Amino acid sequence: MPLVNYATREITCKIVYYGPGRSGKTTNLHYIYGQVPNDRKGTMVSLATQTDRTLFFDFLPLDLGSISGFNTRFQLYTVPGQVYYQSTRKLVLQGADGVVFVADSQARQLDENIESMQDLHANLAEHGMDVRAMPLVLQYNKQDLPRDLIHNTATLDDALNFRGVPAFAAGALHGTGVFETLRGISELVLRRLSTSGSPATPSTAHAGSR
Amino acid sequence: MELDARYRFENYVVGSANRLAVSAARAVAQAPGAAFNPLFIYSGSGLGKTHLLLAIGHLGRQLQPDLKVAYATVEELVDELNASVSSGAVEALRERYQNLNVLLLDDVQFLAGRRETQAEMLRLFNGLQRGGRQIVLTSDRPPAEIADLDERLITRFSGGLVVDVGAPDYETRAAIVRVKCDERGAKFEAGVLDELARIPFGNVRELQGALNRLIASQTLGERAVTPDNVREVLGERPEPAAAMATAGRGAAGGSEFSSFLSDLSAVVAQQIEPWRIRLLEVMSRWREAGFMTAAIERALESADEPDVEATIRQYESAVSRLQSLARDAEGLDPALAASDVFRDPERVGEAELAVARLLGAAEPPPGPSPDYVRSDFEVGPSNQLAVHAADTVIEEPGKKYNPLVIYGPSGVGKTHLLNALGNELIGLRGGATTVACVSARQFTEELIAALRDGTIERWRARYRVVDVLLMDDVHECAGTERTQEELFHIFNALYASGRQIVLCMRSAPKQIEGLEDRLRSRFEGGLVVEMQPPDHVLRERLYARSLTASDVRHDRSLVDYLAARAVANVAEITATVQRLAQAAEVVGVPLTASFARKELEGRLAAPALAHNGNGHPADPLFLDEEKVIWDWPDVSGRAIEEFR
Repeated sequence: MPLVNYATREITCKIVYYGPGRSGKTTNLHYIYGQVPNDRKGTMVSLATQTDRTLFFDFLPLDLGSISGFNTRFQLYTVPGQVYYQSTRKLVLQGADGVVFVADSQARQLDENIESMQDLHANLAEHGMDVRAMPLVLQYNKQDLPRDLIHNTATLDDALNFRGVPAFAAGALHGTGVFETLRGISELVLRRLSTSGSPATPSTAHAGSR
Repeated sequence: MELDARYRFENYVVGSANRLAVSAARAVAQAPGAAFNPLFIYSGSGLGKTHLLLAIGHLGRQLQPDLKVAYATVEELVDELNASVSSGAVEALRERYQNLNVLLLDDVQFLAGRRETQAEMLRLFNGLQRGGRQIVLTSDRPPAEIADLDERLITRFSGGLVVDVGAPDYETRAAIVRVKCDERGAKFEAGVLDELARIPFGNVRELQGALNRLIASQTLGERAVTPDNVREVLGERPEPAAAMATAGRGAAGGSEFSSFLSDLSAVVAQQIEPWRIRLLEVMSRWREAGFMTAAIERALESADEPDVEATIRQYESAVSRLQSLARDAEGLDPALAASDVFRDPERVGEAELAVARLLGAAEPPPGPSPDYVRSDFEVGPSNQLAVHAADTVIEEPGKKYNPLVIYGPSGVGKTHLLNALGNELIGLRGGATTVACVSARQFTEELIAALRDGTIERWRARYRVVDVLLMDDVHECAGTERTQEELFHIFNALYASGRQIVLCMRSAPKQIEGLEDRLRSRFEGGLVVEMQPPDHVLRERLYARSLTASDVRHDRSLVDYLAARAVANVAEITATVQRLAQAAEVVGVPLTASFARKELEGRLAAPALAHNGNGHPADPLFLDEEKVIWDWPDVSGRAIEEFR
């Protein structure tokens, strides 16, 4: 699990953006990428289909520099949302330190959101991860669409947020709520530095994220 | 010049705001003149410039005890300069400063507008730098911002490394108050110190003042200090919001990414205990320097806070020991110096042994003189105990009589026996035994030379690896401090590992004045034997041997006659024989007992006999002062009278 390697003075976090197809996961990453100052920019790897759908996954390495003396690196991943990429999703989830569930706020997508959420739980369980212990935040994306097309956050909370985790309204295309979401998940993940007890052994800490 | 001992690296808390400055300062202390010269440290008041400056001096001296270090503020320098100008001793002042290895100059911003001092400073600076001497300067602003500073000084000040020390961040403040609290032995309720550290004091002095107020308030019993009333006790307004996070966000300048970063910093800072950060800093520093850090890593992995400072102290002292050992090894065997042993503080013992072996092989300590042979040594009742003890030592070195102390007046054969013993021991295992044979005076001379050359460790190591230590004239180290100290440690090291020590001295240990008790008691813990002036039996043997050696044909009666005369030492016997042989040869008669009697008793004594080294006549015949011509007052006058 996470993430502090005292020996190399590194903090490495793997955060996975999960959610149904076309909910805006890659858009989140693109926006974050756009905000990173040039000197810190890594290469964003995006394997997309011709129709701009994530085929495999997106990978955005974020080198945050030295934080309290630790070289801090975030690795942001997205999973392909389409149902048939089940095995890829499972692979990407492996070794995740935190999950952002990006829900599509459009009313007609509600079922797909619920299905994807169930899929997330199933995959985590298959990895033997404790679903309740996994840091998770929700993002209700596309809240900038016309009111009559979308569910409001309260409705989405009722439908998806049965664990009562932090939830953020967002319009990822214009960046609204993107960093709030990232900050939310980062804090949850980093707060586990101390609760995860003695420092993680380096060999297991990053096995899944390399 | 004395440096204030309170300011050391050990109690300087390192945080992100001063890390660079501290690393640079350490590098300078470890290799003055080599790394950053000059090192210019600037910061606002109360952030630890002076502490850092003095810490450089201390560490430098710790690593090289003979390093000439001076600390002065610019004000002091100005005063000194004025005083020297008025007393006409400017040259002496210059010379004194030019001879330093490290000059630590505090508060150089006060050079502002002082033209003369600046000129002198420039001269001093050039001189020191030309000689490769280290200069460390502090100021409250960077060189270029010091008003009215000579352009040449600005470029020189900036020519090495210019580093600043920033205001301490939360973790550093937390670490500082803990260190200060420990120093004072003060105890607070859990959380009080953290709350104190959360108040964003701009400098350490204010922080310390606040801590003092808390300690005072607690010890005066006004009220117990709790995390909740810390700010109230200090007269601060309660400030519930985390100052760190808001400050960080403000500085970020609005960009989403940097604001995200500073939030993250706050979270991480809260999550990692300050003591871990402190250990991490130490660890990364030494790792970069190529040392293994297993001890620190173990401390890091403990769930509860260990005694961090003690761990670090212990670790760093092992590292500096390794560094000094590696330096020693460097000169002898660069391949060995590169070995892992010198990078692992857990293997200091191995490194010490390796270097000692190397030194022992490269520069063996003085050994016994091969001229002295055990079979040449005549035994009689007056020395048989000592000889027996020596023979036992030869048979079982280190086993039975350790140390063996042989005492007796000069000239009775102690040195002969000591060296002969050494030669026997060397021969015993075909030369595999290392025997050091040294007189106390020579030992002291070597020590002084080693101190002068800064090679004390190497010198010590040479003696610590010997299998046998033989020391002659030990009484000559009485009254010395350092010689006895070193002898004491070498003695202990050898004794503890069962290696033989044999010591010769003029009188019994308890009669030697100025011999330290710790040495005396150790000497007496072995066997103390006396060698007396030759007795009759021994005299017979010695005369017989000496006559034979001088190729003089002699009979029993001559030996009997000679042996009946008391002598103070062996040298006297040899001298007598030589004199008689010469006299007999001049006259052209065989050397007989009657000739000897006539020669020895019929005439005034010859110089060699009358003075046996102690300034006293040896034979009762010469006890009469009147008969000893060189003891007469006004010799020349009397001689003239006789001739008339």
